Amino acid sequence: MTAIRFDHVSKWYPRYQSLSHGIKSSLLHLPETLRLLKRERIRVLEQVSFGVEKGETVGLIGPNGAGKSTSLALMAGVVEAEVGQVIVCGRVSPLLELGAGFHFDLTGAENIMLHGVLLGLTRREVISHMNAIIAFSELEGSIHQPLRTYSSGMIARLGFAIACHLDPEILLIDEILSVGDLSFQLKCNAKIDEFKRRQVTIVLVSHSMAHVQRLCDRVIWLEKGKVTGEGAPSRILEEYEKSVKLRHAEGRSSAA
Amino acid sequence: MNWEQLWDLVVILTQKEIKSRYKNSALGYVWSVANPLLFAIVYYVVFGQIMKVPVENYALFLMAGLLPWHWLANSLSAAPNIFLANATLIKKVRFPRHVLVVSYVLNEGIHFVLSIPVIVGFLLVNGMRPSWSWLAGVPLLLVAEFLIVYGMAVTVASLNLFFRDLERLTALVVTVLFFLTPITYASAMAPGPYRSLLSVNPVAALIEGWRELFMHGELSWLGVGSCYLSALATLLVGSVVYWRMSPKFAEVL
Repeated sequence: MTAIRFDHVSKWYPRYQSLSHGIKSSLLHLPETLRLLKRERIRVLEQVSFGVEKGETVGLIGPNGAGKSTSLALMAGVVEAEVGQVIVCGRVSPLLELGAGFHFDLTGAENIMLHGVLLGLTRREVISHMNAIIAFSELEGSIHQPLRTYSSGMIARLGFAIACHLDPEILLIDEILSVGDLSFQLKCNAKIDEFKRRQVTIVLVSHSMAHVQRLCDRVIWLEKGKVTGEGAPSRILEEYEKSVKLRHAEGRSSAA
Repeated sequence: MNWEQLWDLVVILTQKEIKSRYKNSALGYVWSVANPLLFAIVYYVVFGQIMKVPVENYALFLMAGLLPWHWLANSLSAAPNIFLANATLIKKVRFPRHVLVVSYVLNEGIHFVLSIPVIVGFLLVNGMRPSWSWLAGVPLLLVAEFLIVYGMAVTVASLNLFFRDLERLTALVVTVLFFLTPITYASAMAPGPYRSLLSVNPVAALIEGWRELFMHGELSWLGVGSCYLSALATLLVGSVVYWRMSPKFAEVL
C-alpha cells in the first residue's frame, strides 16, 4: 500500500517580495504588478515523482535549496502543488523544529495540549497520552514550569515526545534528530526503530549521512528540484558524496 | 477535522490567548477594564464638561459604547499580526488557520463580557437597573459583534501577509472609524448628510444597539437586523479573502 505518492509534482514560489513594496505602488501599477508576479517565480520542484510505501522509512537528501523541505511541506499539506498531484494516505505528524508550535509563556503540560489539538486530536485524546508523553520526555520535574525556563535540549525532548505519542501514521522528520544529549538521542533512535516495527511510515530530511544510512530503507536524492537518484541508502549516499566532492574539487580548481 | 476537534482547538487556543495576556501581570483583569474606563474619563471631561455635549448621563453613555468598541478596536488592531505571529506553526502544521483569528476575537469578547458588571455599576450609581431584555439582547448582540469583528479581523489578518503596510493602514482606519461611529455622540445628533454616512458604517448600528440595550433596556428589531446584515457582509468579505489566500499563507510567511 502506498502512503505517499508524488505524481509529476511541480512547485513554484512567486517572489512576493515584489509586492511587499507596498499596497499603494502595487495598486497604482496593477497590470505591471500582476505581470511581475507571473514572471518572477522561483522553481523549487519540477516534475518530481516518487512513492513511499506504508511502513517504509525514506530519507530525502540533497544540497540546500534542493526542495527537501518543500517536499515535506507538500506532504504535511501546508502548501499546495501548482502542477501534479500529491496523495497522502494516513494521519501526518510533523516533528516540529525547535520551538515551532510552542508557546513560551505556557507550561510544558499546556504546550503538550496545544500541540495535540493543533495536530487534530481532541482534548480527551491528548489527556489520555499526557502521562506517557511526560514520562518519555523525562521532564516530570519541570512540566508545570513555563517553557521559557527550559533549555533548548529540553524543548527538543518535549517536541519529540509529543510527536511520538500521538499515534502518527506518517512521521515527517526535518533535521532535528541531532538535538538532545546522547542518552536522549539513543532513546529517539530506539523509538524510531519501534515505529519501523509498527509499520509507521517515516520521511526523514537530514544532512547527517550516518543517520540516513542507519535509519532509512531507501533514499531519494534531490538536486535543484529534481530527483537525481533513488534507491538503496549505501549506493545513493556513495553517489551523492562523490558528486559533492567532485563539485567541491571543481570549485577549488576554478578558484585557483 | 470534525466538530469536536475543531471546538477543542478553539478552546485551547483561546485559553492560550488569555493566559499569555495575563502572564506576569498582577492586576490582570483590572487592566482590561481600566483601559476603556480611562478613555471614558478623558472623553467625559473633553466632550461632556468642556464642549458640553447635550446628552444625559454622559458617563454611562460613553461606557456603554466604549466597552463594545474596545472589543472591536483591540481585535482589529491586533489582526494584522495574528497570522504573522504564528508563522512557524503555519509553515509546519496543517490546521484550519482561521481558528487563530476566531480565538483571538473570542478572547477579546470574553474580556468584554467580563466588563459588563462595570456597566451595571454605572447604572446603579445613576439609580437605574439592568433590564430583563438583556437576557435576549446580550446574547443576540454578542453573536452579531463576534461575527462582524471576526469578518473584519480575518480579512485584515489574511491581506496583511501579502501587503504588509496594511498594519499601518489598520491603525489609521481604527482611529477614523472611532469618530465615525456614534460613541461620543448619538447618531440622532448628526445633521442629515452625515447621518447617511453613519448608516453605511457597519459598526454604527452595533454600538448604538448595545447602548440602547444597556441604558434603556431597549432592543429594536430594526437595529438587531442591521447588525446581522453587517455581520453577513463582513463575514462574506472575510470568507472570500481567507478562502482565496489561505492556501498561499505558508509560502509568504
